[in-house]
Amino acid sequence: MDRRQFNKAAAAAGLATTLSPAIVRAQARRLKVGVLLPRSGVQAGIGQDCHRALEVGSRILADLGLPGLDIMNGDTESNVDVGRARAERLISEGAQLLVGAFDSGQTTAIAQVAEQRGVPLVINIAAAPPITEQGYKFVFRNFPTAPMILGDAFANQLEVFKATGVSPKTAVFMHVNDTFGVAMQKGFSGVMQKFPAIPYKVVDTIAYDPAARDLSVEVTKARASGAEALVMVSRLNDAILITRELVKQRWAPSAILSMGPGWYEDQYLKTLGKLGDGPISFVPWYDPNKKLAKALEAAHVKAHPEINLNTNHIYTFEALLVAADAFKRAGSADPKALADAIRATNITDNVSTGPGIQFDAKGQNDKLRNSAIQNRGGKLVVVAPASASNAKPELPVRAYDKR
Amino acid sequence: MALGLSVIFGVVRVVNFAHGEMMTVAMYLALMLFTALKLDPLVSLVPIAAVLFVFGYLLQAGLISPFINRPEHSQFMLLVAVALILVNLQLIAFGPDAKGIRTSYSFDSFKLGPLVVDAAKVYAAGAALVVAAALFAFFRFTLTGKAIRACADNYHGALVVGLNVRRLYALTFGLGAACVGAAGAMLMAVIDVTPAIGPAYTLLAFVIVITGGLGSMPGALLGGLLIGLTEALGGVLFTPSAKSMFAFALLVLVLLFRPQGILGRKAA
Amino acid sequence: MIARLLEGVPRRGLVLLGLLLAALVVFPFFASGYLLTVGFLVLYFAYVGQSWNIMMGFAGQLSLGHSLYVGLGAYAAAALYVHFGVSPWIGLSASIAFSGLAGAVIGFLAFRFGVAGVYFAILTIAFAEFARIGFDHFAWVQGSSGFFLPVANYATNDLWNLRGSPTMFYYLMLAMSAAAFVLCHALVRSRMGYYWQAIRESPEAAEALGINVFRYKMAAVVISAAMTSLAGVVFAFYYNNLFPEQIFHISRSIELILGPIIGGIGTLVGPLVGALLLTGLAEGMREIMLQLKVDVPGVKQVFYGLCLLLVVMFLPHGVWPPLARRLGLERGGADGAARADEGKP
Repeated sequence: MDRRQFNKAAAAAGLATTLSPAIVRAQARRLKVGVLLPRSGVQAGIGQDCHRALEVGSRILADLGLPGLDIMNGDTESNVDVGRARAERLISEGAQLLVGAFDSGQTTAIAQVAEQRGVPLVINIAAAPPITEQGYKFVFRNFPTAPMILGDAFANQLEVFKATGVSPKTAVFMHVNDTFGVAMQKGFSGVMQKFPAIPYKVVDTIAYDPAARDLSVEVTKARASGAEALVMVSRLNDAILITRELVKQRWAPSAILSMGPGWYEDQYLKTLGKLGDGPISFVPWYDPNKKLAKALEAAHVKAHPEINLNTNHIYTFEALLVAADAFKRAGSADPKALADAIRATNITDNVSTGPGIQFDAKGQNDKLRNSAIQNRGGKLVVVAPASASNAKPELPVRAYDKR
Repeated sequence: MALGLSVIFGVVRVVNFAHGEMMTVAMYLALMLFTALKLDPLVSLVPIAAVLFVFGYLLQAGLISPFINRPEHSQFMLLVAVALILVNLQLIAFGPDAKGIRTSYSFDSFKLGPLVVDAAKVYAAGAALVVAAALFAFFRFTLTGKAIRACADNYHGALVVGLNVRRLYALTFGLGAACVGAAGAMLMAVIDVTPAIGPAYTLLAFVIVITGGLGSMPGALLGGLLIGLTEALGGVLFTPSAKSMFAFALLVLVLLFRPQGILGRKAA
Repeated sequence: MIARLLEGVPRRGLVLLGLLLAALVVFPFFASGYLLTVGFLVLYFAYVGQSWNIMMGFAGQLSLGHSLYVGLGAYAAAALYVHFGVSPWIGLSASIAFSGLAGAVIGFLAFRFGVAGVYFAILTIAFAEFARIGFDHFAWVQGSSGFFLPVANYATNDLWNLRGSPTMFYYLMLAMSAAAFVLCHALVRSRMGYYWQAIRESPEAAEALGINVFRYKMAAVVISAAMTSLAGVVFAFYYNNLFPEQIFHISRSIELILGPIIGGIGTLVGPLVGALLLTGLAEGMREIMLQLKVDVPGVKQVFYGLCLLLVVMFLPHGVWPPLARRLGLERGGADGAARADEGKP
């Protein structure tokens, strides 16, 4: 089955779940959920990846005995104007709750619409801290902010260093110069100070252009710093470019520690094969030992055998979970009642790492924990925190020419 | 890549804003040939150039030729529309994820003293030189090539002496597209493709061509070299994320002081 | 003054304009939140299209980097508001100053050194890109991590600080579009407007007639840049977040000039008609896709591209000039510039 047929099949399956209530057990009332994702334009890859979680997710929610969701799709085309207009359109079509929208800029625009129209928005992914600092009453985020990701990354690194006995003395920090990369870079040294046990010292910080087509200069510069470990905040394409440069420049850092997307993604593993093994990513992930995580993974593998379950799927699914759970408790689709129900959310049987889903007064889930995952043999294993792992970390990274 | 733009602009005087998108088409072709027939991109660049030639020829003959005497903004609109269609057709056909190919030499590198040189890039550069030489020879030594240059020098003159300008223009656009095709195939050996990378390359090609001199083929090569060097130096001396700023700064300087480009002829 | 403005405008045109204005004024009373958002977008694009048109349509200078002025205007007003609590109404003077200055610098360099035509267009792109990367590294406005404006409560409309409901922004944009329309109308029929048209048709001939070509081209760039920057101010306070990657991006420059090109370059009504058609087309397309249950991302854009293609192929002067003829307005002053356009090859 090639991608085209696959997409068609997936679309058909999605349509079937939304159209035929028979599949989703007879539920008296259903909630209309508008899902806004950048499914075309520059962010199309991620938007479509998030979208995969929708039909898989609906089935699992039904198995949990939660009320059914009527998913209404909105494509933001990776554009703020369109994102805002789509949000308005979905609401005028009767959407009672919004989910979205991966990108921080589009999410901010949509959050304003949600707030003005009094329709709850559950953010699936968007890490810019200001979104939940605006005093919104209808906006909820079940995704860590940049400082949270950093804090957990350092904590997990300590665990990894202890478990492997590898503790690099120096590191070079490379980051992509975009919204996420800069947010991480700004928090980096401040958060690091709270972890005095971190063995390495950052000898050089290298920022690079998100649209870079060639990163040989950057990698040469990093290599010349003589650092033992490489600390990364990147996206997918640049992660692949950098790995290729590492191979070509015959440089294997003792540890490659990534605090963002890219290094664990399917495309990375597929493109690089065994050269993709070794890096450890510190990211919002799922606890492989949780019951619901197992169910989601099984359903996901069945629907998309060639794609690993990842952050995009997990948090898009959990946004739906929050919506369905709140709807059940509220007992009505009244937006005010829904928002109150979401605020009182306390889901412990969930997928992501950490104690569960709860929101603080600002609408942020501050209980979320991140995991450390390592690429091994083209697969992903969770190596930290120990309580939510399924493997032991392995360091140092094996030299690229000895694979 | 930049060569293709140089050819197209130099003769036909149409600013091709669908350039990067045409290149991604070529990259997807290289990808398909590689996955289906295991054809190395450096081999498949020949058939791909041929396909792109036909595409370019038809595009010019069918769509662009009525626009030759229209104002620039009209041509610009036309090609923006073409670019929009191409990008989204690719999105529908191939999906949004980055796709790459791995050849036997994908990860090879040569060691020259302290320098590490990337093998795939060396092969691609070699292929680019061969294409450039072939193109140069074509324009210099064949009758058709000379006729095309005549059109570029003097449109009305060419009409007067009875050259079939429309056909020559289509031919030129085809040639430019073929260069783009070859460039796309070569790039496939070095980077991954997604539908969204096109526009960045259109812009890059413009910067290179204008720096070197629009309509000048050695200029396009020199421009490419200069822009590459400027970006690399800017990256080493300052912060790498700002390196394309230096390329644009160079472009502005060239535009101001030598608008015909470094190797361009005055009043072309 | 008003009498002079109205001089030569056909009655029919005035009546139609009046009706249009009335329709736009009462529109929010009937429109849903969604339609209001679309209405805002139409007016926004009509306004920036009108501003761009001064440079291209009247003075013949093709700019493909107008996102530069939108971005500068947005950042200037937003930064003053966030850092010093300065009202956008005062901040906009800074926006105008910065954008006007940027326009003046670009214009000065380009026109002094004789950069024209396609080269001028590329120069404008280069400056916009330069600004995009520069703002990515500009820590005072948070660089590429995005500049967020604090969002206060929406219960009241605070026009002074531009905090309020979409309806307020809609009327603000309507007022700006109307003002831009009247201003452009006055400009076209001023001495400067005639000079511009002379320059557009033939710079050499204009020079020979003793027109100070440099000065009037500069005036066009600066006025256009300053007007565009105001749209940036509204953009910043409407969306409340700014990312250099978004606002300075070349795709936004292209977006904003599609309207006037489709509507009719050099006409006053063109930008409005173009914005209406394009935004309507994009939204309509999505509705059709929804009705047909086609949920394949990208299909809409393909059809949108095809429509653009058809318009440029068959209506080389845009939609408005032939439409104006149909409505019996072709002799009017409202599209005086369009007539001048007819003579072009």
